[in-house]
Amino acid sequence: MKALRHGSFVIGAALTALLVATALVSLVWTPWSPTAIDVMQKLKPPSAQHWFGTDHFGRDVFSMIMVGARNSIVVGVVAVAIGCLSGVALGLLAAARGGWLEEAVMRFSDFTFAFPAVLSAILITALLGPGAVNSIIAIGIFNVPVFARLARGAAKSVWTRDFILAARAAGKGDLAITVEHVLPNVLSIIIVQATIQFALAILAEAGLSYLGLGTQPPYPSWGRMLNEAQTFLYLAPTLAIFPGIAIALSVLGLNLLGDGLRDLADPRLARRR
Amino acid sequence: MLAFLLRRLLAFLATLVAASLVVFVVLEVLPGDPAQVMLGIDAEPETLEALRKQLGLDRSAPERYFAWVGGLVRGDLGVSYTYSVPVAELVGERLVVTVPLALLAMALTSAMALALGVYAASRHGRPGDWGVMLFGQIGIAVPNFWFAILLILLFAVRLGWFQAGGFPGWSAGVGPAFKALLLPAISLSVVQAAILARVTRSSVLEVMREDFVRTARAKGNSRRRTLWRHVVRNALIPVVTIMGLQFSSLLAGTIIIENVFYLPGLGRLVFQAITQRDLVVVKDVVVLLAALVVTINFIVDLLYLAIDPRLRRAA
Repeated sequence: MKALRHGSFVIGAALTALLVATALVSLVWTPWSPTAIDVMQKLKPPSAQHWFGTDHFGRDVFSMIMVGARNSIVVGVVAVAIGCLSGVALGLLAAARGGWLEEAVMRFSDFTFAFPAVLSAILITALLGPGAVNSIIAIGIFNVPVFARLARGAAKSVWTRDFILAARAAGKGDLAITVEHVLPNVLSIIIVQATIQFALAILAEAGLSYLGLGTQPPYPSWGRMLNEAQTFLYLAPTLAIFPGIAIALSVLGLNLLGDGLRDLADPRLARRR
Repeated sequence: MLAFLLRRLLAFLATLVAASLVVFVVLEVLPGDPAQVMLGIDAEPETLEALRKQLGLDRSAPERYFAWVGGLVRGDLGVSYTYSVPVAELVGERLVVTVPLALLAMALTSAMALALGVYAASRHGRPGDWGVMLFGQIGIAVPNFWFAILLILLFAVRLGWFQAGGFPGWSAGVGPAFKALLLPAISLSVVQAAILARVTRSSVLEVMREDFVRTARAKGNSRRRTLWRHVVRNALIPVVTIMGLQFSSLLAGTIIIENVFYLPGLGRLVFQAITQRDLVVVKDVVVLLAALVVTINFIVDLLYLAIDPRLRRAA
């Protein structure tokens, strides 16, 4: 298999599988309960009982990271799905119809781009209050223009191809052509982009939770674990290490997977790089 | 050329208006009663009434919008509810932290990225190139606030060379103030430099394949001279584009990083204003940050013309 010889694809797929497996296992098993408080055991360094040590409430850090993986995946998947579905629809519509509609979609994406994601997330949490759902909405909205631009650009080049003309001659309308011919041809680059946006969503969620605007206690999230760890840097420095490694490995895995998928989907790009 | 500049200027102004409209609608119209949002559901009716009057909520939304934007243009940003001081004063105090921080971070980013990117391209396919690409992948994956915490752990907790946070103010002297901004700037810039180095590398590689580069070499220019005089200059366009975008993420990044290091900047102000539900401050600072971002993108557009004379003719 060609894919198995592609370095970044293999490493990326392995790291992503590790992330998903951790989240799945955490549904049925964690070494300790991630919310069980045991003050006698607080701020312990890593040991045989508590592999990554314990936090200031004596909760098991390893278990919290396992459950945090679930949180990251849920936020990432939903946020990317929101952005991808509405963004791709907008982009395809813009490419199919052209004219003022296309102009409006493009101006809208330019504008959303000019607005830093963290700012819009902060605006939304200022309006709706902090929480996991609101951070998902905020990250999702930021994803819309990314997919809208990408889908429009790719779809426009498909629309100039001869088989579109043939489909037109066969009497198909804009909608049928978009669904049957354009979408399948732009799908691979959208999947690649979705992987990368997934990684960005994990980073964004971690940032928002670090600020206290994302997932709320007692539900564990990697970003908030880092926030709490900062208070105890002098007493328990390892607390600040593990959640960060979890975030970095997940993001690295998804980015490598995205790079690998892109190369496999379009070998010309791989050779040019 | 003039027509192009005018078009860009119009688009710039339109974006500013759109940004102010969005912020106004989100914070003043969507919540229904901003006074209720600011005071919470168990506020006394008299206090609510007083705040409504103070915010001018008895007027219609369009009236309030124009009064607000008019104030922004004149530099009158209203009065903060929690601090009871003019927002313009608050913002002024905070800008002297955030702007130097962002500029320092951008300078570090560009220096690191250009050096690494050009180096990697000139070592294409060799260990030096791989090293830079690896740094790029890791740099993109590491959240800046975690990197900041690691820097604090190493340089403040372990080695004791830096404070773990806080800002002495410029009145304490340039040296100590600069020192307080150094770790935050590094944590902001390493991630951005990782991205920019990758862009620089691929852009330089792209240009290296051009015919004029071969011509320059054939004319007897040394490798080094060709690289810096011909290749890098032509490779800068995409790099500058990304730098413009990065300046906005740097500004946004200051919101998190200022909170990690307890720096009294704009980012920390907007964050505190949100937790205190001080919508007057949130509205003003968010619009200000958005205006900064839009202005930078506008400047980047003008920079293209300065870098590439071909675009001047096309425009």
